[in-house]
Amino acid sequence: MTFTLAYRALIGIIWRECLRFVHQRGRFVSALVRPLIWLFVFAAGFRAALGVSIIPPYSTYITYETYVVPGLCGMILLFGGMQSSLAMVYDREMGSMRVLLTSPLPRWYALFCKLLAGTLVSVMQALVFLIIAYFYGVHFPLWGFVTVIPALLLGGLALGAFGLFLSSLITQLENFAGVMNFVIFPCFFLSSALYPLWKMKENSLFLYWLCSFNPFTWVVELVRHALYLKFNGPATLVVLACAVIFASLAVISYDPKTALVRRQVS
Amino acid sequence: MTQVEISNVSYSYGKRQVLKDVTFAVPQCRVTMLLGPNGAGKTTLFSLIAGLLALPVGTITADRKTLGVVFQQPALDLELTVAQNLNYYASLNGISRKLAASRIDELLGPLELATRRHDRVRDLNGGHRRRVEIARAMIAEPRLLLLDEPTSGLDIPTRKSLVAYLHAQAKARNMAVLWSTHLVDEVEADDHIVILTNGQVAADGGVEDVLRQSKSKSVAEAFTKFAGAGAA
Repeated sequence: MTFTLAYRALIGIIWRECLRFVHQRGRFVSALVRPLIWLFVFAAGFRAALGVSIIPPYSTYITYETYVVPGLCGMILLFGGMQSSLAMVYDREMGSMRVLLTSPLPRWYALFCKLLAGTLVSVMQALVFLIIAYFYGVHFPLWGFVTVIPALLLGGLALGAFGLFLSSLITQLENFAGVMNFVIFPCFFLSSALYPLWKMKENSLFLYWLCSFNPFTWVVELVRHALYLKFNGPATLVVLACAVIFASLAVISYDPKTALVRRQVS
Repeated sequence: MTQVEISNVSYSYGKRQVLKDVTFAVPQCRVTMLLGPNGAGKTTLFSLIAGLLALPVGTITADRKTLGVVFQQPALDLELTVAQNLNYYASLNGISRKLAASRIDELLGPLELATRRHDRVRDLNGGHRRRVEIARAMIAEPRLLLLDEPTSGLDIPTRKSLVAYLHAQAKARNMAVLWSTHLVDEVEADDHIVILTNGQVAADGGVEDVLRQSKSKSVAEAFTKFAGAGAA
């Protein structure tokens, strides 16, 4: 693969993903409305019920809205990753995935481009959400808009790679609803997105450990620290490792020689 | 000179064997018609050639870097315009925007799509979508074009014009074309024919050779004899 081919293909795949996103305005609106409802309605309602103590990276008591914003950024990345995964299943059923896989690109690179393109769209959504949250009154350092970008990218790549791997296992579009119920909701609720883990520990040690082992928790903590100009080394390592592992599994699973699920062609 | 060599290829889905010791070659600058009834194993063979399925038995020698494919199932992005679909595929082949633009002009004219280039694919009818698929497969100027029932679902005039266009392009572009179909009227006199029945090659050669082998007067008759024999 030459550099020119790699570069043009990457730009082409990102461009297509952005075009699809622009054409599907409802997708953009729903991607923003979901976390905004959580911020405007859910967070306002639970503000009194869920007090938050001083926990890193915060140096003072914070409102619940402030606490929940990084978790909602994680939610955008999680739903974005699953949306890309759904698009992959759809593309495969509709045949356009075959177009990508029969191009002269190495399969791992084609999948990487697809993953990166989906992640960039999710990161853009998360940044728009952060701007709205900032003007709503959730304050964080302005430089946080810059330092959060690498964290959003890494988190988006890890969750997108997870979605990519899932899409390789799903044989039919109809099965995707099950994935939403059994993957997205446990991932989101068994994490530090909505409540700090010490609160979970107070109520159930078992659930606390589940939350601690959930990669999504580490994505949320990575974003939370980056937004407040702090570097979270362990979270970076865990999220990076998850991205590599899930991306490798996806490449293995999309290779017909090593595929985990064998499909009949149509 | 051959563009694809298929040797002793077999393939099964579980216990169901769909290809049995398939061997034939696809010559350059010529159309090879892969004739077979539904379920003969044509699409599986195409997927093996395109690298979408792993080859468990046998060998396939083909340069996949210069491959254009029209799948039996439509594979266009319905949300994008004709030009955007073609540009996307050109980028996957490392073609610059400028070169892609000139090739799009060159391809859409003869396919009677020049005025539809900015229309969304969703707004095109089946015949036009098929033409866009063909333009997409040819934009990278492939040495080998795989066409899996490219005219399925089209009306007779559209089918005829596509058959004539693709035969002309094979010669003009020095391209090998492997065309799977069960519609024998798509075969032209100087085509190479491979008849596949029950996953096996029943006949392989020029039109004259196949007519001689089957003692038939027409390709339709020969196909019926071989397909019938395979089914029996």
